[in-house]
Amino acid sequence: MLAVELFKLVRRLRTWMSIGLICALPLVVAIFIAITHLEPPPGSGSAFLSAVLNEGQLYPAAALALVLPVFLPVAVAVVAGESVAGEASAGTLRYLLARPVGRTRLLVAKLAAVTAFTTLAVLAVTVTSYATGVLILGPSRAAAVGTAPGGITGSIAPGAGGSPTAGLQAGAAVTSLSGAPLTTLELGERVLGAMAFITVSMLGVAAIAIFLSTLTDSALGAALGALAVLVASEVLVTLNAASAVQPYLPTRYWLAWIDFFRQPIFWRDIQRGFAIQAVYVVVFLAAAWANFATKDITA
Amino acid sequence: MITTDNLTKRFGRVEAVRQVSLDVREGDRYGLLGPNGSGKSTLVRMLLGLVYATSGSISVLGEPVPRRVGRVLPSIGALIEEPAAYPQLSGRANLRLLDAAGPRGSRRTRRRRVDEALEQVGLAGIDRRPVRAYSLGMRQRLGLAAALVRRPRLLILDEPTNGLDPRGIRDIRELLTSLNAAGVTVFLSSHLLGEVSALCTRIGVLDSGSLVLQDELAALQQPTGRVLITTDDPERAAVTLDGLVERRDGADLVVRSPDPAALNARLVAAGVPVRSLAAERRSLEQIVLDVTGAGADQFGVPAAAEREAAC
Repeated sequence: MLAVELFKLVRRLRTWMSIGLICALPLVVAIFIAITHLEPPPGSGSAFLSAVLNEGQLYPAAALALVLPVFLPVAVAVVAGESVAGEASAGTLRYLLARPVGRTRLLVAKLAAVTAFTTLAVLAVTVTSYATGVLILGPSRAAAVGTAPGGITGSIAPGAGGSPTAGLQAGAAVTSLSGAPLTTLELGERVLGAMAFITVSMLGVAAIAIFLSTLTDSALGAALGALAVLVASEVLVTLNAASAVQPYLPTRYWLAWIDFFRQPIFWRDIQRGFAIQAVYVVVFLAAAWANFATKDITA
Repeated sequence: MITTDNLTKRFGRVEAVRQVSLDVREGDRYGLLGPNGSGKSTLVRMLLGLVYATSGSISVLGEPVPRRVGRVLPSIGALIEEPAAYPQLSGRANLRLLDAAGPRGSRRTRRRRVDEALEQVGLAGIDRRPVRAYSLGMRQRLGLAAALVRRPRLLILDEPTNGLDPRGIRDIRELLTSLNAAGVTVFLSSHLLGEVSALCTRIGVLDSGSLVLQDELAALQQPTGRVLITTDDPERAAVTLDGLVERRDGADLVVRSPDPAALNARLVAAGVPVRSLAAERRSLEQIVLDVTGAGADQFGVPAAAEREAAC
């Protein structure tokens, strides 16, 4: 059943359109920065954006920070919101269930397919923004800016090593947010960790959207409902008066992936982030199951 | 094959299906008749475990539904109201996908089964176009192919000839008859009397959620004890059969007699030129209208008449 869901995912134009759009945003931002050299001052703007002017290899991190608050959750909510409601309104749900596909199995396969979509989107953003960073912002920019605050010393990216870095310290490393240097291996590991964390961060939204998707036959309604939950969560996260509920909000630890770029990695919020997403997935998938398993399929 | 016992389904305050006790036997071509909105689709969905009954019980292929529905569904091919498919995929890809989704869709035999099903419904050769480009009739055929891919023992078809042209309707009727001859039990629901009377051996009539009639079609259509005669000399015929003629309308006579052969012999002996002579049977339309309050228009009688004219 998972293979069937993945097949449907990859054979759908929308999947590739949305991933393309997600990847396009960091590209556009990189082009503007490269042309204007106007970086957001450190501390404002998206995370890492001020750092990438000095270090193109950090651009995947900046790109993930760009797509995380809106683009990625919207895409995930649309795909997840469509999962059951879309099949219901297209009429294919009743044929799947009469095949038979167990209702529980269908839900799990849907969540797995949404996870695959999220992973694919995050991977695509990372790969394209790495290329963008190296090609457009590039180590050459780092060289041009020269002595940057924070002690950026150079780059040893494979493929980028060599000519532009010739004047820089051999074997030097990208700096972490804490100022300590990172080797390429460490940087790679941390990017992978951030990718995994961001993918998991989307699963809470996905589970909420899938739950709503079992309540309604409107895919749009389910997607918008899940986004409404996210917007509400974002509002409450910044509201001091709501501090009592903040640790339980789905977006509370969304930015904790930045901690992967500290030296050493600051694990506390990362662990909490994983845990809270796990709770959302379990609770909403259970709710989806409870609703869907006993639902009359009249669509 | 299918039995239900006092099956009832309530949606809120609306009773869609009311105390229905179906009895579909192995080898039947069973036609469930009822006007639109009489509960046919809800009943079909309950048989497939999609809608849960409020009360009563269902047994399909000897297993209780919905409790063991997962065991019986692989042996059932179903068309549930309109057919549905993924529009961006081809007809063939849709069948392969649906087959791969459930259990017992062996990958080894999939290509052969898909080919065979497409062939059976007359879609072979045009199955590689995306379903988006299919006509209504082609979608209907694809839906039937999807029902046939698993080589089911039981077909549950809701309005199987929807959207088909007269030729398509005849094709499907012949296909269902031949499958039935090969041992497949066919249960279909329809609001088209012509379709059911041409295909089915047994009927049930649903009216406002209640099963008001269920019997063999042949038994329902026993001769009525009247004979319809057309003759060039109605005067002499009326004199010959004095006392038996119930009604006379030009060259047509309605005569009360249990034995058409004896009647014919009498007329021929009297030298009356008989053009046609037939035992009167109740039409399905008459049977259905006798047990329901519904108007004939709700049963699509005019449409059926047109189709027969077109054939």
